[in-house]
Amino acid sequence: MLLYVLRRLLTAIPTMFVIVTLAFFLIRVAPGGPFNQERGLSPEIKANLEAQFGLNDPLWLQYGNYLNNLLHGNFGPSYNLPDFTVGELFAKGLPISIQLGASALILALLLGTLLGTVAALNQNKAADYSVIALATAGSTIPTFVIAPIIQLVFGLSWKLLPVGGWGDGALLNKIGPVLTLALPQIAIVARLMRGSMIESLRSHHIRTARALGLSDWSVVVRHALRGAVLPIISFTGPAAAALLTGSIIVETIFSIPGVGRYFVDAALNRDYTLVMGTVVVIALFTIIFNLIVDIMYAVVDPRVRYD
Amino acid sequence: MLKRMLKATVFATTLALAAGTFYTPAFAEVVYNRGNSADPESLDPHKTSTVYEAHILRDLFEGLVMQDKDANLIPGAAESWTVSDDGTVYTFKLRKGAVWSDGSAVTADDFVYAFRRLEDPATGAEYASMLYVVKNGEAVNTGKVKPEELAVKAVDPETFEVTLNAPTPYFLEMLTHQSTYPVNKAAIDKLGADWIKPGNLVSNGAYTLAEFTPNDHIKLVKNPKFHDADSVKIDTVNYIPTEDRSTAIKRFEAGELDTNDDIPTEQMADLKAKFGDQLRIGPYLGTYYYSIKTDKAPWDNVELRNAISMAIDRDFLAEKVWQNSMLPGYSMVPPGIEGYTSALAKFADMSQIDREDEAKKILEKLGYTPEKPLKMEIRYNTSENHKNTAVAIQEQLKPLGVEVTLLNTDTKTHYSFLEQKGDYDVARAGWIADYKDPETFLGISRKASGNNYSNYDSPKFEELMNKAAADGGQPEARLKDLAEAERVLIDDVGQIPLLYYSYKNLVSPKIHGFEENVMDVHPTRFVSKD
Repeated sequence: MLLYVLRRLLTAIPTMFVIVTLAFFLIRVAPGGPFNQERGLSPEIKANLEAQFGLNDPLWLQYGNYLNNLLHGNFGPSYNLPDFTVGELFAKGLPISIQLGASALILALLLGTLLGTVAALNQNKAADYSVIALATAGSTIPTFVIAPIIQLVFGLSWKLLPVGGWGDGALLNKIGPVLTLALPQIAIVARLMRGSMIESLRSHHIRTARALGLSDWSVVVRHALRGAVLPIISFTGPAAAALLTGSIIVETIFSIPGVGRYFVDAALNRDYTLVMGTVVVIALFTIIFNLIVDIMYAVVDPRVRYD
Repeated sequence: MLKRMLKATVFATTLALAAGTFYTPAFAEVVYNRGNSADPESLDPHKTSTVYEAHILRDLFEGLVMQDKDANLIPGAAESWTVSDDGTVYTFKLRKGAVWSDGSAVTADDFVYAFRRLEDPATGAEYASMLYVVKNGEAVNTGKVKPEELAVKAVDPETFEVTLNAPTPYFLEMLTHQSTYPVNKAAIDKLGADWIKPGNLVSNGAYTLAEFTPNDHIKLVKNPKFHDADSVKIDTVNYIPTEDRSTAIKRFEAGELDTNDDIPTEQMADLKAKFGDQLRIGPYLGTYYYSIKTDKAPWDNVELRNAISMAIDRDFLAEKVWQNSMLPGYSMVPPGIEGYTSALAKFADMSQIDREDEAKKILEKLGYTPEKPLKMEIRYNTSENHKNTAVAIQEQLKPLGVEVTLLNTDTKTHYSFLEQKGDYDVARAGWIADYKDPETFLGISRKASGNNYSNYDSPKFEELMNKAAADGGQPEARLKDLAEAERVLIDDVGQIPLLYYSYKNLVSPKIHGFEENVMDVHPTRFVSKD
């Protein structure tokens, strides 16, 4: 098992290298640069700016310098926010995105699993249909509709929550964004859980367990749930990577200073170093969470062995 | 089972959420939460370019001259100044006893250092061109001579002298721009790139920098060492970036923002009904225009350009597309600059129906009809309103035999294409005044300007612009020259002005001293809150 983890971590290195290289050259293909804007700059002033950030060097040299800096943990300065380095921007924003994303994910996993199980146990009854209806609504209403509704209802009409802002991390400021992030995930988890639970309940070992006279609780929680939860685990990997690295829509609407918006803003602003930073962070999160998922598989399902 | 799982859910979520604390401002402290459409790029005066930075830097720093609540020029770090008879040497007497927030004196050397730093190519200042009017300014910035050669000097610690290339009547107005503010040499020498961070930043304005969380807030606190600190009413101002206009409106309504500097224009009617006097709209020095390639067939024909310009229904654009958040524009220089009368397009006083008939006649004469249409492409940068404007123009020109295709690209792509003089017909552009003078709007159509997206090249226009520069010593004659130059530009249809910008502020009734002006300038030191 340990050997397996080590091997996976080692293969992550060439993967990261390929991702970084591709991203570095792809963003340069996009027309324009960080210093194109409404108010045009004279060629001399633009040259001064480019020289300051080493953008006048040949591309291969810039690439070499970037890789070298990256290996030393230096993501470089942000071109469009020169008061900050990319590292500083992530140090400030990532904990915020992780906090919101993790809260949403935990909420989604617990509520989703619960709802899915309840639906499966009451298949084709009222409870089941309500869960299905809720799940369909949750996964089809986009976040940019849910978020303003939460703002209007809880912020303006009932005045229970602030409309937006991070408020230095106040509890009330987090509720709106967490709910918005969690709702679609709850829906997905509930549907996944319902399907796999129904299947699990029909399997032979459950029939055996029931025949042996085990209690309902024991059959569902100790035997059926264990098998049914596998699809949820594989869903959680990519979902966690996506949720923890922030959402541009939720962060923009609720004015949250996370990193989700950098993914889009940096690309639109041709802020090359910030684009690279976001690519590295997302790639790392994806690799790590996929690895965690695979390990979890082995833990939950005795049939899976990596040795 | 259900109960146990529910309990676990509630517990885990509370745990995950409860990592923060409640925020309560100290009692009796006056806090002004100020919505600002975007975060600043930088708080270093020499690295800024946008109006979003200008608002903040005006609070943090004090230049030689500043603007009052009505955007009129007032003494800043300089108490008084004299201009030599030939109009080229400005001598500023600095305010006695003025200090930086660290207690050290603001001296003439600070301005020498700041002006040199702005021009030094190593700084990479976007607005270095602001001081090209200073002798050797351009030469320093392009690396031809050393920064020490810049014609600025500290006669004594309280006297700062600047020598210009030629008389420049708008020089003082230019000095209100944030790029000419002083910076603290000792702090920069000691801290390097970190000098700009909260806690490090030494400033000489009414406020100092306390916190900066990108995309969240910038907190400025009153500077007790500021020379006019006694009259500053707001203790803390939080600049809150409000990129999402709809959220900004809701936050304003909920009292989370005291003012905001933009609105979602598509909701104009509702906003007017809901906010009444709190919504303030008025003329702002900015022009929304289309650049038309004047050196590319068939657009090299003045008559054709004029027909296109004439056929565009600007009233419709202003009222329907922009919901009266813009005004119909017929000149490059918007109204609002004292002593200057803009040269309007000749057809400005004709009715739209007459204009269309006239345009149709010209197009028919040139052989274009709906059956045999003229093809034209409009390029614009991504924005719902830019798109709607282009679509409206497309519809307006169709019956006249002009078949318009639209091409949308993101902002960076758009402007890099324009800058590289790509192959286009018509492209959207906009210009906001850096300082209150017609020069800022006319200079962009000069042959050598990087912003001359029309490739407009008229010897007569250049001659008049040069004459205006030469007449720098006589403000009246100069403004007349500029008006004549604009007349040539407009008659040539060197650009197609469409709309004048407006400021669009939401101001809570609790806020006072947030006065309306064409520069949309509102220094916090003149604002108070009930």
